[in-house]
Amino acid sequence: MFRGMQSYCVDPTLGLNAEQKEIQKLAKEFARNELYPHMEEFDTMGKLPRDTMKKAGEIGFGAIYCSEKFGGTGLTRFDASLIFEQLAAGCSSTAAYMSIHNMCAWMIDEFGTDEHRKKYLPSMAAYETLGSYCLTEPDSGSDAAALRTSAKRVGDHYILNGSKAFISGSGDSGVYLVMLRHEGQPGPKGIFCLLVEDGTPGLHLGKNEKKLGWCTHPTRIITFEDCQVSVSNQIGGDNQGFNIAMMGINGGRVNIASCSLGAAQNSFDLAIEHLKVRKQFGKPLADFQWNQFKLAEMAMKLVTSRLMLREAAQHLTEKTPQMASLCAMAKLYVTDTCFEVVNHALQMHGGYGILKDYPLQQYLRDCRVHQIIEGTNEIMRMIIARDVLTNANYLTG
Amino acid sequence: MRVLVGVKRVIDFAVKVRVKPDKTSVVTDNVPHSMNPFDEIALEEAVKLKEANHAKEIVAFSLGPAKNQEILRTALAKGADKAIHLEVDDATYQKVEPFHVAQAIAKLAKDEKFDLVFLGKQAIDDDANQTGQLVAGFLNWPQATFASKVETEGTSHLKVTREIDGGLETIKVKLPAVLTADLRLNEPRYATLPNIMKAKKKPIDKKTPKDLGLDLTSQTEVLEVSEPPTRKGGEFVEDVPTLVKKLKEKGAL
Repeated sequence: MFRGMQSYCVDPTLGLNAEQKEIQKLAKEFARNELYPHMEEFDTMGKLPRDTMKKAGEIGFGAIYCSEKFGGTGLTRFDASLIFEQLAAGCSSTAAYMSIHNMCAWMIDEFGTDEHRKKYLPSMAAYETLGSYCLTEPDSGSDAAALRTSAKRVGDHYILNGSKAFISGSGDSGVYLVMLRHEGQPGPKGIFCLLVEDGTPGLHLGKNEKKLGWCTHPTRIITFEDCQVSVSNQIGGDNQGFNIAMMGINGGRVNIASCSLGAAQNSFDLAIEHLKVRKQFGKPLADFQWNQFKLAEMAMKLVTSRLMLREAAQHLTEKTPQMASLCAMAKLYVTDTCFEVVNHALQMHGGYGILKDYPLQQYLRDCRVHQIIEGTNEIMRMIIARDVLTNANYLTG
Repeated sequence: MRVLVGVKRVIDFAVKVRVKPDKTSVVTDNVPHSMNPFDEIALEEAVKLKEANHAKEIVAFSLGPAKNQEILRTALAKGADKAIHLEVDDATYQKVEPFHVAQAIAKLAKDEKFDLVFLGKQAIDDDANQTGQLVAGFLNWPQATFASKVETEGTSHLKVTREIDGGLETIKVKLPAVLTADLRLNEPRYATLPNIMKAKKKPIDKKTPKDLGLDLTSQTEVLEVSEPPTRKGGEFVEDVPTLVKKLKEKGAL
């Protein structure tokens, strides 16, 4: 194959301005030096790479879209998605946890008081204090508003009882942002958000789950047993909890989608290089039309994913009325499509694809998780369907 | 102490370099570029000197086309206080040699009264390893090249450990001086996102070759750029005498 003189059509730098390219380049450099060489080790160790994350904190990756006033980096959602895409190429699971942490920091920044911000944001920005987002329960996943973990107001404290499931970062986290139900108040309006610090008596950690993917950070059930938390830890209004959870998760969805995209892009590039080098039946695999056509399809999937993601990020930045639906759409489309890309890339590697010496299987396992968490891809469809059926359409206005 | 740090925009080290079909040079269009790694090390050392209060101001300098602004911005993000961009067009830049760059740096160092010129030991594209030495020659300043450790000796001297073929050599140079950075001098920090944002407000002065009275006449002419020959298969030999014979046949011994 002849060598072309330009960058390929799937170049992630296309369409970016100079500042965005610089941010992307920094994240790429960090991923290439600090994450990629260790991604297998992180996956096998099954622990958060705290030292590496502290380095990321020093660069400003800990509170990317929080305001600069209390130590955030003050960038946009678009910038954040560029960053997570690059970090995910280095380790998709660690990047995904970092995005959850960023979501928690943002929730404190956006809905907390100045006291909350002053107390927690600087150390969260540095990845010294880690955050966990606690919405899902053993009995309520997709039906999130049906959560049951309760808070009973007694004087200037809340007494918490109940369990939260699939809590990423739990055990390492310093702060848990917990969505709770005021005792006796049903429905989404009965939910509020409370910040629970690690080590609070009555907060029990379950075992670290063994998972298919996302192995570089812990996942546990956490249980509250008459856990006493000061009322001053409430984040946002008495009936604002579900709102806060959904606002946080819109951004979370864009970020998770970015993590799938980063993994898929690198898988694609690895596949290209492999096809050029591997020969069978007397010629490189890249000379077989099936592989060429498959690469074309994968390229298209990457470009459409990136467009979808950037569009959603832009809506988020501008806080448009359609942002929740666009974020759901991006999460659904990008996580599904990029899983396919990683899967094909793995297939193109033949037997090597399933060896743990190669990153393809790790990208695959991590991307499989993205299709389920932060709202299943089925729930994403529900959000989009509800939007198009209830809102004004172009025909009837 | 005011430090002038020279930074060059080179093809990123991870890129698979390709030769142009007309064999005049390598492909640079649309290829990722970065700051020369040895220049990053020089800049990092200058920043450390400033943090230890030995240096007062760090100015980054680059000679090249408009795109060089990118790495000057990176230098500002990594701790330089201001930057100077000596801009030439792409065609002119193709013919620029260390000789010209050294002249420009020497003129700036003299005119703007820098106490220290800090460069990378060589650029990873041409591996010339000349600019620092030429600057010292033009200015008649002492030079300490291939620095792997830099310490101050009062305010007038620097004690520099150099990596040389025989091992390590430690010398004392009187300021003003020229230093070039070697690999093990330090590990450059990442630019932080806040610093990248702040760097946008730091000034980049523009200069032309005429401003510095620079003569860009070529000293050399590139005849051809080609890839190294593709590696051919080797062979096994049964014993050492045969190996020695083969090596002699091939002119390696």
